Amino acid sequence: MMGAKPALLRAGLLLLGLGLLIAVPIGLNRYGVYIMSLWAVMAIAAMGLNLTLGYAGQVSLAQGAFVGIGAYAVAILMTHGMPFIVPLLVAVALSFAIGWALGYPALRVQHHYLAFVTLAFSTLVYLIFRNEEWLTKGIYGIMGFQRPTVFGLSTRTPLAFYYFCLAMLALATAVMAWIVRSPWGRAFVALRENPIRALSLGVDTRRYTLMAFAIGSAMGGFAGALYAPLVEFVDPTPFTLALSLNILMMVIVGGSGFFFGPFLGAAIAVLLPEWLRFAQGWYLVIYAAFVMALLVYTPTGLLGVADRIMANRRTRRASAARAAAAAALDAPGLNPEKP
Amino acid sequence: MKSLAGALVISAALAVPAYAQTIKLIDVAELSGSGATVGTNFKNGADLAVAEINAKGGILGHKIEITHMDTQSNPGVARALVQKALDENPYALLGPGYSGSVKVTAPLVAQAGIAQVMGGEAAELTQMGIPTLFRTSFGQQSSMPKIAKYMAEDLKAKNVALLWVNNDFGKGGRDMVSKELQARGVKIVADLSTEAGQADFAADVVKVKNANPDAVFVYLNEEESARALKELRRQNVNVPLVGETTLLGQKVIELAGEAANGARGHVGLTVDAPIPALQEYGKKFQAKYNYIPDHNGIKGYLGVYMIKAATEKMGKLDPKGLPDALHGLTIKTSAEPGILLDLTIDKNGDLDRESFMGEVVNGKQVIKTVLPKLNP
Amino acid sequence: MSNIVNLLLAGLATGAIYALVAIGFTLLWQTSQTINFAQGEFVMLPAFFVLAALNLKAPLWLALLIGLGASLLVLGAMFKLIIVDPMLRHGVLPLAICTMALSIFLKEGVKESYSAEASPFPSLFPSGNVSVLGAQISIQSISIFVFALAAVYLLQAFLMRTSTGRQMQATAQNPSVAKLLGIPVERMILYTFLINAALVALASFLVSPVYLAKFSAGETLGLSAFIAAIVGGFNQIRGAIAGGLLLGVVDNFAAAYVSTQYRGAVPLFLLIAVILFRPQGLFGRAEERTV
Repeated sequence: MMGAKPALLRAGLLLLGLGLLIAVPIGLNRYGVYIMSLWAVMAIAAMGLNLTLGYAGQVSLAQGAFVGIGAYAVAILMTHGMPFIVPLLVAVALSFAIGWALGYPALRVQHHYLAFVTLAFSTLVYLIFRNEEWLTKGIYGIMGFQRPTVFGLSTRTPLAFYYFCLAMLALATAVMAWIVRSPWGRAFVALRENPIRALSLGVDTRRYTLMAFAIGSAMGGFAGALYAPLVEFVDPTPFTLALSLNILMMVIVGGSGFFFGPFLGAAIAVLLPEWLRFAQGWYLVIYAAFVMALLVYTPTGLLGVADRIMANRRTRRASAARAAAAAALDAPGLNPEKP
Repeated sequence: MKSLAGALVISAALAVPAYAQTIKLIDVAELSGSGATVGTNFKNGADLAVAEINAKGGILGHKIEITHMDTQSNPGVARALVQKALDENPYALLGPGYSGSVKVTAPLVAQAGIAQVMGGEAAELTQMGIPTLFRTSFGQQSSMPKIAKYMAEDLKAKNVALLWVNNDFGKGGRDMVSKELQARGVKIVADLSTEAGQADFAADVVKVKNANPDAVFVYLNEEESARALKELRRQNVNVPLVGETTLLGQKVIELAGEAANGARGHVGLTVDAPIPALQEYGKKFQAKYNYIPDHNGIKGYLGVYMIKAATEKMGKLDPKGLPDALHGLTIKTSAEPGILLDLTIDKNGDLDRESFMGEVVNGKQVIKTVLPKLNP
Repeated sequence: MSNIVNLLLAGLATGAIYALVAIGFTLLWQTSQTINFAQGEFVMLPAFFVLAALNLKAPLWLALLIGLGASLLVLGAMFKLIIVDPMLRHGVLPLAICTMALSIFLKEGVKESYSAEASPFPSLFPSGNVSVLGAQISIQSISIFVFALAAVYLLQAFLMRTSTGRQMQATAQNPSVAKLLGIPVERMILYTFLINAALVALASFLVSPVYLAKFSAGETLGLSAFIAAIVGGFNQIRGAIAGGLLLGVVDNFAAAYVSTQYRGAVPLFLLIAVILFRPQGLFGRAEERTV
């Protein structure tokens, strides 16, 4: 009975959220729909980083670069006339491969070096996007590719593309849920909780960490593959280190290691500045202050706090029950532990 | 009375801004991120023009109401914001200033059929066949040939080094000028990209020196221009330094001191041109915002006055008619002092007006030649 | 030859600034596991304190003192009390992300409240050049280099020779043992933050005449100093100095002899090479694995 109730609650919340995500954009203007689509795309990227960080405990400062790689792969291949599915798969595969190649030497050395290597990588990738004109058209950017047609349905209108993004988010969520529940996912968690114990139990820690990073990067590439047709223009400026840090912020603010943390984090990073635009020039100042305050009060992220409150309530309920039971036992004076 | 009020409400609700009390302008600009200086100048210039026009009773008796939206210097955001702006049915759109952002937003604005008066300078913008797009300055396709011609013919340079900032402004100018120089048989002996915000130009200048050019083309933003000039002077590079408005403006002179002496080039929009109206504008701007505007500060100002002149020519508030009214329009300072310098808008949305070749002499910008309008 | 001297000296001047800022990174990391992503903005801000004081007609020396005082208060004490203290026990990352938000806050705040324009900043040194080995070197660069090194030397002397300095070192090496020995650990950590604030203020006064006072001036500086700190090992002051100087010089030589378009990449290759072949940094100690 204890287990059934939260599960039911969670299923209810999930359905409610999904219903809202489907219904809300209908009442929004094109701009609102665009922002919601951007949220979906960023949530996918953040979900990938959450796997790397929240489950495998590795800091990557290159998630933004992988989004860029995905976006460029799609933009370049689609302008060469390929149907969307091909560049999409290329984007994911390429990000996975690069993630693997990058993580392999970095994870040979210890812990936070992946953060440093990805920091360097992220800046390098930006320079390549900007300088290798033959491939990326440099600073001018790539235009002239169109949103895909899926099963005969065009996604050209903002609303259609939003539902496409939402479907992709659902797909990514399903894949992620599967990964987290699979033996791999359990190994990731074991790794994060206690690497030495995991090692002594025969888990090949390096391989699993590497896998988590590569899959997380592939999710970044996937998000990028959606970003390109969303904006319908790809240039180097969005894919600086700032984007990687922003995605990292989404994960931390939402609650690193919580399955739905990235959804909340992305909502704060993407939607909140838009709501604050009424404050004119100060909106980013207010936004930054809000994020700081949020982090100071909830360093484990929004879901971390929710989790703590739930846990507290549970312990309180449990201790209340225990106290009641103890009182019941106490009454006849049968409790030997009590002095 | 009631029915009259009702009629007013209905006509307002029919959503044609022409009947609205105020003229709604929306400026989509780079107010944060790497382009913040560009966008803020543009915004301040536009605000100044709006305040002036409103103080004199508005356009055709209607007050202007301007709102600014921040693109964070990101073309994706710019595109979304232009969509948002269009949803609000503005009379016309101002901005953005970055050419990349202009390129992604212009098709959207064209669909809506209203005018977009922007600050981008890349050559290709007005060659995309978009009928609703208008510049507020020379495009690089009109300024760079003048510079190339000056270097090839007046300076008789055979070998030229290029020093440019690697963003869409600098890269666009560099691509255009190197094409024009090569067409005139001039060799590019060094081609040096620099970073926006770069502080140390020692390495770049060493490369310039090693290439031993007859002239150096310097195409950077004002602050970097000043640092580059100082470094060129320090390393004794004594060949002519040629550039555009951003090399010999008052701000550069202030920052570079005597190292700016001898810098020369083409000047499109600057508040130190020998035109009283421009200098007057510079003073007004400085009084209000406490700094000297760069060319972006003039662009925003002119943009609003271009809209005013075209609207007055139509004699009515017709957002969809505005692009047509702007095309082919000649605005004279005698009729509209706010335009600062006689101006003709061509069928592509490019501008034609006088410009200058100037040189910094003893810490002052001196205009050497006045280049007449192409089609006077 | 004069080219090489030129590049070397200009690189050392830039590198000395990186070193000052990188030392701050290292100090904060050592004593309180703080990675300060706003360190670049910390260098940007003091110049604006000075400008604000100058606008109120304060003479330059007073304005500089006010700038230093305001930096100690805001970037030292307030930063520690309001942001670092409540977050410290929750690990490295939330705090690092919080400083990232702080960097946006400072940048945008300065832009809105002061100006989006670059403001000239009074130079503390005469302009002009001197001739060194056939190269013209600006007095500005030499002064920056000398002042930065002098500051570093004083800091080292303070840490090595004074009892407070030694207590700070003990705190940095092992806070719990330091506490057992009766060292007021909290106060020592506060001192570190004050020293960092003083270092960034000095860096700000030295570079602002060249970089100009601008809201975005800290962006590249912060990242470069961060990389310098990593290259130097992140846990040694002399590592940060070496990392900073090396980065400044490498950047200039890379731009001159490799590629200007990829000049930003060369320090990163250096970084990756250091990580792969000498993971503890050039001068760093290997940190024990903390599980």
